[in-house]
Amino acid sequence: MACFLVPVAEAVVTTVITKAAKSKETEPSALKVKTDNDSFEVEIKIPFSRKLKWLTNLLWGGSILLAFEHVWHGEVVPWFPFLTAASDPAEASAMLSEMATVGVSMAVLITAVWGVMLLVTNAMEKKALEAQTTSN
Amino acid sequence: MTLLTTVFAAIICTIIWYKNAPKDEMKVGILCWMYWGASLMWLVDAIFEYAELHAEYFTPAPVDMLNDFYLGLSVVALGMIIWLVILLIKDPKGVIKAALFKKNKK
Repeated sequence: MACFLVPVAEAVVTTVITKAAKSKETEPSALKVKTDNDSFEVEIKIPFSRKLKWLTNLLWGGSILLAFEHVWHGEVVPWFPFLTAASDPAEASAMLSEMATVGVSMAVLITAVWGVMLLVTNAMEKKALEAQTTSN
Repeated sequence: MTLLTTVFAAIICTIIWYKNAPKDEMKVGILCWMYWGASLMWLVDAIFEYAELHAEYFTPAPVDMLNDFYLGLSVVALGMIIWLVILLIKDPKGVIKAALFKKNKK
């Protein structure tokens, strides 16, 4: 009915946080990584704002396509109140219930997947840093 | 069917992105984020639907399946339109800029 509004709300918040984090960030720290052919490659530590952008992209991308699905099913209309369920109190209650269950679960799953991505990239960065310190 | 169509689109885009990585001149990454985001959201939708319908969820009526597939294809097309607009605006290869500001040589 309007489950995509929860990820949209999260996307708005993460977009604002990403912009704020980007403006506060200084030059990214560089890591020197030894490659197979005995040469050195400089890798840059991924800034947090870039990592946060992954979450923002997932949320906005998914929400836009899901909004289209809602238009397809006639649940979102281009006139006030925009959500067909909002005009009927009984349906509005079902809509809010769906947002609280399906919508919140969507936002939680996306954030959890992003969390796993963060763990993996952090481990990769740590490994690269360790390789750099042992080679020095 | 919509979930399946979007997942396949996400997988194909990720393969194309990986093949060209770390270069992303065509900004295929945008498509990956969009399709994976939508796939994850539809997965949640599918889980809730499965919890309600149980085994019946896997035996949809042919008309519903066709409509869902049609929706899936439309979603993939919309994603590609959004990607194309972003690509043309950002113009990473400078093609648009070059075409617009091209001077006629005599």
